[in-house]
Amino acid sequence: MKRTSMVVTASAILAACDGNVPGTTETAPNVPATAEIEQAPTITSISEPEYSLWDPKTDPLSEYESVIEYNNYYEFTTDKSRVAELAKNFQTSPWSVEVSGMVQNPKTYDVDDLKTKFDQEERIYRLRCVEAWSMVIPWQGFPLAKILDEVVPTSDAKYVKFTTLLDEAQMPGVRYPYPWPYVEGLRIDEAMHDLTIMATGLYGKDLLPQNGSPLRLVVPWKYGFKSIKSIVKIELVDEMPTSLWMALAPNEYGFYANVNPDVSHPRWSQATERRIGEIGRRDTLLFNGYTEEVAYLYDGMDLRKWY
Amino acid sequence: MAIHFASILPLIILIKDWFTKDLGGDPINEITHRTADIAIIILLASLTCTPLFKVFGFRQAIKVRRALGRYAFFYALLHFLTFLILDYGFDIRLVLVTITTAPRLILGSLAFLILFALAITSNVKTMKFLGKNWKRLHRFVYAAGILLVIHYFLAVKSDFRLPTVSAVILIILLLLRVPIVRNKIVLLRKR
Repeated sequence: MKRTSMVVTASAILAACDGNVPGTTETAPNVPATAEIEQAPTITSISEPEYSLWDPKTDPLSEYESVIEYNNYYEFTTDKSRVAELAKNFQTSPWSVEVSGMVQNPKTYDVDDLKTKFDQEERIYRLRCVEAWSMVIPWQGFPLAKILDEVVPTSDAKYVKFTTLLDEAQMPGVRYPYPWPYVEGLRIDEAMHDLTIMATGLYGKDLLPQNGSPLRLVVPWKYGFKSIKSIVKIELVDEMPTSLWMALAPNEYGFYANVNPDVSHPRWSQATERRIGEIGRRDTLLFNGYTEEVAYLYDGMDLRKWY
Repeated sequence: MAIHFASILPLIILIKDWFTKDLGGDPINEITHRTADIAIIILLASLTCTPLFKVFGFRQAIKVRRALGRYAFFYALLHFLTFLILDYGFDIRLVLVTITTAPRLILGSLAFLILFALAITSNVKTMKFLGKNWKRLHRFVYAAGILLVIHYFLAVKSDFRLPTVSAVILIILLLLRVPIVRNKIVLLRKR
């Protein structure tokens, strides 16, 4: 397997459009609340992010234009090239995110507060779409674990369920009969993993609507559709959430959706991918190349069964 | 003349969009989809010619049939070359592995081979040479149409509107060739 060399990139950067300097004090490490969390890596007390695992020679950044012009966001349209246009007036301020369910301290955050409350780090990740194309994107954001540490999941909480805004007035695509709203989920240890971030920006700028403004999930070792956009609700639950894609086509899209070249989509191979901007194909890597970081989460699991 | 203009125009627009960078965030994907859409539209148009003449008595239609058939093949060729060169970087081993493992690519390749055979035999000389067999051979265009529509269904992720439209049009065009259907409509028209 090709080894990704570890490059410590420009650590905490300032949220591009905010005048405020993010606080330099870290929130005190919380005591893990559940057994699941104990298995997860220590994510607290990192003041300088140790990521990203990124080699500019093998994974040059995708062009900004590609990142903002080629989007899957079915609430607007299924046409990837038209999302930007249809979403340009999407209202993302004010925006609040409810964190509730099986937690000790349910909270509703204002997105602008999240940007100052938690240090915004830069994470350069590969993004692999289930449609077999990929990009390399410099995100800004913070680990989801920071939110979860604040709300403190109860011991019954096993999964995290995310929900996208559903607004017919602003989203022309929701006329079409998909099982709206867009829902995604993670197992709690996946959610606590340090690679899992809530992104607020990319390329040093605030997120644009087509990229999931104002707040989206980024889980780099899973197919892109897991990285849910424009989140309004985060719930801690005890049962595996049914994502929109699972509801729509359970034989094609599973809960885990880990990038895996050996497990084909029923209608197309996942063995290779096209990096946007390149001619020809690249081999797809298990867990999108983040095997060393995340493989332990799936020890003993049949990845063919749990696709 | 109008037929040639209408058939070449999408290619001119495609080339223009390439140079003006209007092919979106993933130009290769856009070229793949556009050449496919144009190919299937022109193929369906070519299949409309015969019923237009035989069922509706529109004689002009039959004159453009061959040209349309050739243009359909031309765009299918561009689609295939885009797949082969731009998408797969001419990696023949990878192309073969991919084609033989994905049903949609098997269907697409079969349809392409049929269109290829029809395109190279679409001239008077070969028609004369093949005699009765020419017609038999060219009936395979129906198979190509069906294969391509299934190929289309298998290629999209979840939005089946356009494949459905093309399937409905193809079914109507095939039904119009069934003698009972055709004769019924001709009788109705003549009343």
